[in-house]
Amino acid sequence: MKFKTSLAGWALVAGCTIAGTAAAAPPTPEMISFACAGCHGTNGGSAGLTMPSLASQSKASIVDAMKKFKSGERPSTVMGRLAKGYNDAEFAAMGEFFSKQKFHPTTQVVDAAKAKKGADLQEANCSRCHLDDGKDGKDDTPVMASQWLEYLKMQAELYDSGKRKMPKDMADKWNKLSKEDREALLHFYASVK
Amino acid sequence: MTLDRRSFIKVLGGASGLALAGCATQGGSGAAAPAPAIGKTQEILPKGSARRVVVVGGGYGGAIAAKYVRMLDKSIEVVMVERNRQFISCPFSNFYIAGITKDMNSITIGYDKLAANHGVKMVYAEVTLIDPAAKKVITTEGTLAYDRLIVSPGIDFRSEEIEGYDAKAQEAFPHAWKAGHQSTLLRNQLQAMKDGGTVIISMPLTPYRCPPGPYERSCLIAGYLKKHKPKSKLILLDANPDVVSKKPLFTKAWTTYYKDNFQYVGGKKVTQVNVAGKSVSIEGIEDFKGDVFNVIPPQRAADIAVKSGLVGEDKRWCPVDVVSFESRRHKDVHVIGDAAIAGAMPKSGYSANSQAKVCAINVVNLMNGKPTVDISGINVCYSAVSEHESVSIAAVYTVKDGAIIAVPNSGGISPADFSLTKAEHAYGESWLRNILTEMST
Repeated sequence: MKFKTSLAGWALVAGCTIAGTAAAAPPTPEMISFACAGCHGTNGGSAGLTMPSLASQSKASIVDAMKKFKSGERPSTVMGRLAKGYNDAEFAAMGEFFSKQKFHPTTQVVDAAKAKKGADLQEANCSRCHLDDGKDGKDDTPVMASQWLEYLKMQAELYDSGKRKMPKDMADKWNKLSKEDREALLHFYASVK
Repeated sequence: MTLDRRSFIKVLGGASGLALAGCATQGGSGAAAPAPAIGKTQEILPKGSARRVVVVGGGYGGAIAAKYVRMLDKSIEVVMVERNRQFISCPFSNFYIAGITKDMNSITIGYDKLAANHGVKMVYAEVTLIDPAAKKVITTEGTLAYDRLIVSPGIDFRSEEIEGYDAKAQEAFPHAWKAGHQSTLLRNQLQAMKDGGTVIISMPLTPYRCPPGPYERSCLIAGYLKKHKPKSKLILLDANPDVVSKKPLFTKAWTTYYKDNFQYVGGKKVTQVNVAGKSVSIEGIEDFKGDVFNVIPPQRAADIAVKSGLVGEDKRWCPVDVVSFESRRHKDVHVIGDAAIAGAMPKSGYSANSQAKVCAINVVNLMNGKPTVDISGINVCYSAVSEHESVSIAAVYTVKDGAIIAVPNSGGISPADFSLTKAEHAYGESWLRNILTEMST
């Protein structure tokens, strides 16, 4: 097949404008949530050590986190600025999208002894809200399982410094744990697949 | 097929249902375009019964568009054409240039997993021309037919606006504004420079790829000099009258960390380079002498977009529909990323990623006869102000009155007290890991 083009033909088009598309529908849950993946990974499965996975989080936990970022109740870097760009319906759309995504297991190096100790601590202290080894959560409790250890440690520091506010039920348990026990719990959650 | 003027009009007009009357008189504008390069003419991957999207370019925009079209509709065949087997990211290449990272491994990805995981067909070739009338692209390996085309070609330089900045001068005074060989050139020159030398960075007027990029580079190179060559200095010549991105944050970094070895000068547009004399000229009225030069030239959409008539009246950037990113020049051709005019969205890697998804959703909807969906986009961009500290800008985008705008009262830059720079540095690294993983798996 021979291809030959005419400059006149190209030139003709250069001055023309193609008409715009007909009226578009408002953003869908996919349209809103795909944009988050640049930082949080495709479908919310994170490969970045300080970035949480959003995949399989409950709708309530996503909406709760976004509202707290927006109000400033939860401390953040970019999340507060971004959350201000959305309304409650859009938060709900994100929650709907990410709650439908498959759990994102990660492979990371954890201290086996700490993880084992953490498993017992989880069972004794946390399992009423952090269900199924942290793979699920009651109400707006987030999925902890397989989150990156570095991310979990950053959040624990925010809690311990008082910058991030803990729900009362959690504070009652967490504040009674030693520094070592807290760390063991994080190793446990990071290890769950 | 021979494409003459008449059949071109017929095909385009027939497909789009548009009357082209009135356009013919503007025909002169295309005559200045370079003659189309001719690639191989045999068809590669002949199109079967499946509908096909061809994606041109496997960068921050293209790789994501290819992946998301497949994620959204497996019945659509996706072929991605990319000239390189590996992609090297511009974001984070400043760490390599400034000697902080040893190599480019952490910013280099391949496409094997993307292809295997999503069934994206890879063609490693250079696209030499797009033929929107015949709905095919001509590449160095042969032609490819498409139903819809997504072009994410990135930028090329308006080198002709800097006298003497030819291919040879670009090796001597590297731009390092496309990562890879050029980054290595600049890195090596910085390392070879004797202590006491002067480094000069020059940057163009907006719009250009990565608005904060030159400022980040200035911080990291100033940091390198401070640590390794303390008697040396760095001058940033900005063609813009003032800092155009994250101004309070870069100003703070310059005045607190680099006040002894760095100088910012606004309103200095480099118009000539003198490689032998080791100087650059500002509009013939002022010369700056130095030892190492990083000349970032003014930019436009990549050559393929210009050659294929996708750029607008400015001859530089590609006008697109703000919902589907369909070209306003050619039907069934979509343009995303740095090459596109996307309203308030900056020319950044994250913008390209976000636009690719908006485009993929709407390309699939259009191919399936469904209504298009308005954009909801994001940009998040981290800039290092030192080896261990970063700052950010973030925004959410929507469409209003036919234009892409940032959602009012949202977004913005990091706090100016640098209270979050360590955390943001860590988040920046995760940004890189996640966005490159998105593109490569």
